[in-house]
Amino acid sequence: MLFHSSTIQHAASDTLNAAVHAGEHGGGEGGKVNFGELLHHVYDSREIELPFIGHVHLPHFEPLHFGGLAIDLSPTKHVVFLWLAALMVIILAITAARKISKSRVPHGIGNLVEAFVLFVRDEICIPNMGAAGVRYMPYLLTTFFFILFMNLSGLVPYGATATSNVSVTGGLALIAFIMIQASAMRAQGFGRYLKHLTGGVHWSLWPIMVPIEVLGLFTKPFALMVRLFANMIGGHIVIVSLIGLIFIFKSYIVAAGPVVFVLGISMLELFVAFLQAYIFTMLTSLFMGLGMAHSHEGDENGVSGH
Amino acid sequence: MLEPNPGLIVWTIITFVLLVLILRKFAWRPILESLHKREEYVRTSIERAEQARQEAERLLEEHRKQIAQAEHEGHRILNESRALAEKLKQEIMDKANQQSRRMVEQAKQEIDRDKEAALVELRGEVASLAVQAASKILGETLDENKHRKIVDAYLKDLPKN
Repeated sequence: MLFHSSTIQHAASDTLNAAVHAGEHGGGEGGKVNFGELLHHVYDSREIELPFIGHVHLPHFEPLHFGGLAIDLSPTKHVVFLWLAALMVIILAITAARKISKSRVPHGIGNLVEAFVLFVRDEICIPNMGAAGVRYMPYLLTTFFFILFMNLSGLVPYGATATSNVSVTGGLALIAFIMIQASAMRAQGFGRYLKHLTGGVHWSLWPIMVPIEVLGLFTKPFALMVRLFANMIGGHIVIVSLIGLIFIFKSYIVAAGPVVFVLGISMLELFVAFLQAYIFTMLTSLFMGLGMAHSHEGDENGVSGH
Repeated sequence: MLEPNPGLIVWTIITFVLLVLILRKFAWRPILESLHKREEYVRTSIERAEQARQEAERLLEEHRKQIAQAEHEGHRILNESRALAEKLKQEIMDKANQQSRRMVEQAKQEIDRDKEAALVELRGEVASLAVQAASKILGETLDENKHRKIVDAYLKDLPKN
């Protein structure tokens, strides 16, 4: 399918010092203890791990050149999990849609998805954007479910969290940025949208105000990007560090502590997976609502991050 | 860790946009529509149920009123008929009493009249018998008229009954 070659390797190496992929991602410490192996889960790579098969190399294409920019479109591990998450969302949502439109009585998987859909609509969309925001429900729902599934896929054995990659969250934030601007322009008209960039101050202050406002437009999605990425990678790094303790002390006895902590952190991550999907969706909706409504003072008040 | 990979950004955007387009058509629109329809259905059902409840309450109240009215009417009719019956009874009894009294009176009068007639007849009979008896005894001595005068005078002295 996606993979034209595969290499079989033992998942657990006998020696801790075997720097199999050290330095490949800049994660290896070198010397005696090497986390490169462990950090595989965290970093993006050109191969994925599968149960019983081992490491599978992903196909590599020549980068495309757009002007000075080289874009390498060959799939990486995170791209694969991005697609897997998308596929799972499609299967889940379409199954749920069939069930919901078939019967009036909420039941099973339809009920599960429905609960989230209603939550996004009644707790996120309508309070932030009002009735006019229902138009953007498909976007918000897709954001929520897509991020949620990407977050959760890292908690499954052999899985990876695409959202722990800054490029993925960057892509999502870029879309959020476009949506925020587009919804504001659509609701207010282009003229008023531009006027809002002046901050409503005297024209002589415009040279100061306009750059600040324009910067403000970019900080919101930037915060979205960093927040999601940092939250998702944070949990994984904590787990890697705790597991790493076992290897540093080279003792099975020490393992008891980290295992308990890792269990705790994993549960926390499960919660964070839902929380961050909610926060990303909620803040996007909030920013869109602010742009649409436009009361200027709300702009600065609502931006405080989580 | 922080260096962006343009390829990944492009893939993210492409995947996301496709996902939005697919899901909007096949999942979110049908789900939101169904939910909306169901909400409408629930709302109208509740409204209808509320209306039905009010209607039922109104009917119940009406029936209760009707029953009370009927009971009242029944009582009234019963009382009226009782009074009427009482009055009729009284009237009938009065009439019967009067009639019986009148009949007794009539009977008495008739008896009196008959007694009177009988007495008169008896007197005549007795007088003529006495005259006949006397004339038989005396033998034709006295003429009829004289004798009668004597007997009449005697009879007058007799007590009335």
